[in-house]
Amino acid sequence: MAIHPKEHRIILKYADEPGYTPDIDCYMKHGGYDTLKKAVTMEKKDICEEVKNSQLRGRGGAGFPAGIKWSFVDRKSGKPVYMICNCDESEPGTFKDRQIVHKDPHQLIEGIIISCFATECAKAFIYIREEMPKGAEILNQAIKEAKEKNFVGDDILGSGYSCDIVVHRGAAAYICGEETGLIESLEGKRANPRIKPPYFPAVLGLYMCPTIVNNVETLCNVKHILEMGAGEFANIGRPNNTGTRIWCVSGGVKRPGYYEVAGITLGELIYDICGGPKDGRTIKAVIPGGSSMKILKNGERFKGKDRDGTEYDWGIEDIPLDYDGIAAAGSMSGSGGMMVLDDTVEIPVALANLMAFYSHESCGQCTPCREGSLWLKKITTRMVHGEARPEDVDLLKSVADQIEGRTICAFGFAVAWPVQSYIKKFEEEFREFAERHSHADVDRTAAKELACNL
Amino acid sequence: MNLKPETLAEIEEAIPKYPEKRSAVMPLLHAIQKDQGLLSNGAAEWVAEKLGMEPINVLSVITFYPFFRQHKIGKRHIRVCRTLSCAMSGGAKVCDRMLSEFDTKLNGISPDGEVTIEFAECLASCGSGPVMLVDDELYENLDEAKAQEICNRIKAEAVQA
Ligand SMILES: Cc1cc2nc3c(=O)[nH]c(=O)nc-3n(C[C@H](O)[C@H](O)[C@H](O)COP(=O)(O)O)c2cc1C
Ligand code: SF4
Ligand code: FES
Repeated sequence: MAIHPKEHRIILKYADEPGYTPDIDCYMKHGGYDTLKKAVTMEKKDICEEVKNSQLRGRGGAGFPAGIKWSFVDRKSGKPVYMICNCDESEPGTFKDRQIVHKDPHQLIEGIIISCFATECAKAFIYIREEMPKGAEILNQAIKEAKEKNFVGDDILGSGYSCDIVVHRGAAAYICGEETGLIESLEGKRANPRIKPPYFPAVLGLYMCPTIVNNVETLCNVKHILEMGAGEFANIGRPNNTGTRIWCVSGGVKRPGYYEVAGITLGELIYDICGGPKDGRTIKAVIPGGSSMKILKNGERFKGKDRDGTEYDWGIEDIPLDYDGIAAAGSMSGSGGMMVLDDTVEIPVALANLMAFYSHESCGQCTPCREGSLWLKKITTRMVHGEARPEDVDLLKSVADQIEGRTICAFGFAVAWPVQSYIKKFEEEFREFAERHSHADVDRTAAKELACNL
Repeated sequence: MNLKPETLAEIEEAIPKYPEKRSAVMPLLHAIQKDQGLLSNGAAEWVAEKLGMEPINVLSVITFYPFFRQHKIGKRHIRVCRTLSCAMSGGAKVCDRMLSEFDTKLNGISPDGEVTIEFAECLASCGSGPVMLVDDELYENLDEAKAQEICNRIKAEAVQA
C-alpha cells in the first residue's frame, strides 16, 4: 500500500514497508526494544509522568487520557495489578489493531511491557477476538521470541521486574470489547458487563484486583512517547488531541483503507487521501468513529463556539479530524472506524443492517437493551420489507430514547445513538422510504441486500 | 472424552497461564471444539471437572458465545461478514453465490457435508470488504467471481481428500 503524503506514520511507520516482517530480528533491526532498554533504567513514576504529559488519549472508544487512567490504579489494597490489552476490535468499521498485530506485533509487545513496568503490573493479557486466529498465532510467536531475548518474562533485562503476557482468545461476542465484559470473559464467565461504580477496573477489575485496560493502539503509543519524549509527542496534532490516529475508512470512497494522520480535517481524509466518492456518486453521510457513533450528514452545517470563544461554522469537510473536532460536530471519534455512505445508501436500510448487529450482540442483562434492541431490529426490518406502520418512525425514536442512559454499560448508547441521529437528520427519508416501500410493486432487492440477512 | 494427545497437551499448557483456573475455560473449550467439532454436554462436564467448576457454569459459557457450538457443522466453517461496510460493497451477493454453489441454506450443512455457511458480524476488515472467513483463512475484496473460485477450490480439495 502506497503511503499518502498527507499521512503521518508513527505506529504504522514500517508496517507496510516492503520486506518488513513480524519477526523479532526485523523489529530489532529497526530499533525495536531500544525504548524498553531505556525504560527499565528509568524511574517508574517518571514514565507515568511522561505518559500523562503527552496527553495521550485512549484509542479504543471513549478517548480517556491514558496517564490519568493509570493514576487511578488502587495501590493501597496491596493486590496485584493486571494489564489488559484490548484487542477485541469488533466495533463495525474498525480494522486498525489488526494491522498492528499482523504486521508489527513486537511494537505492541514493547508497548505493553513498558506500560506494565511503569505501572508495576504483575501480568498482562491480550484479549484478541476469535475471528483473528492468525493474529493470535502471530502474537504467541512474538511473545515466545521476546521471552528468548528476555524482553518478556522473568527479570526483564536484569531490571528485577518480571512480567508475562498471555494471549486470550474470545469467541465471537462483540460485548467482550467493553472493558468490564472483557474482564468477566477473561475470568471464564459470560461477558456480562459490570456496573460502574463500583467496578471501575482500576480499582475492582480482573479477579477483583486493580486492572488497567487499554486498546492496542494506545499501548503502542506509549513506546513512541518514551522514545520521542512527551513534549514532542504533544506537538503532534492539537492540544488535548495529541499524537497520530489511525483512521479506518470503509464504504463509498475510491480508496478505502487505514490511514495514520494528525492535524488534518475530515475532508482531507475522505477527499484527498481516500479519493472522494466513487465515480458518479456523491457522499451522503459519514459515520465517524465506528457504527455506534452519531451520523454526520453531508450538507449540514456544524456551528458552535470553541472553548476559547471563537465561533465555528463548518461543513462536514471542515471538521477537524480529532476527538474534539468531531465532538464539536456532535458526534465522537470513537474507535476511528469511519464509514462513508454514498447516495446509493438508503439510511433506513443502513439502520436496519446495524440494528440486526446490535440486537444480536446485546449481552441480555438489561431489559431496555435486550428487548429494545430486538424491537429496533423488528421495526427497521419491517420497514425494509415494506410493512412499516404509520407510527414506526416515532416508535423507533421512542424505543431508542428509552434505552439511552438506562443500562449497565455503554452498549445502550451504542444502540440508541444511530437510531436517534439517523432519524434526527434523515426523518423525511424515513417517512418517504416507508411510504415508497409500502407499495407491492416496489423493487426491494437492493434494500434487502444492504440490510443483509433480514 | 477421547481427546487427541495434542489437544490434551494444549489443555495442560493453558491452565497454568492463568492466576485462577477458571479463566482457562475458554481456551479449553476452543481446544476441545477444534478436536471434536462441537462441545457436547460430556465436554462441559469434563471441563468442569478439570477446572473445579460446576458443569452449568461451563454450559453457560458455551451458550453465551456465538463461536462455541453444541451442534455439528460441515467440514469447513464459512463465515461471510454481513455488517454495514461489507453489505455496502456486496456481501449479500457473495453469500448467495456460496449458498447456491453448495446447494445449501444459511447455517445448515451442505448435502455433501463439506461446508456450513453462516453470516458473521463485522470481521474487522471493513476496508477490504466484502470479506469472509473460511476456517482460519480470511478472504478479502470478494465479488461473485472470487466467491466462485473459492467454492471451486474447496470442492477440488474435497475430491482430493
Ligand atoms: C460496547 C462496547 C464495545 C467496545 N469495544 C471495544 C473494542 O473492541 N476495542 C477496544 O479497544 N475498546 C472497546 N471498547 C472500549 C473499552 O470499554 C475501553 O474503554 C477501552 O478498551 C479502553 O482503552 P483505551 O482507553 O486505550 O481506549 C468498547 C466499549 C463498549 C461500550
Ligand atoms: S447495556 Fe446491553 S450489552 Fe450492556 S450490559 Fe446491558 S444488556 Fe448487556
Ligand atoms: S463490516 Fe465486514 S469486516 Fe467490518
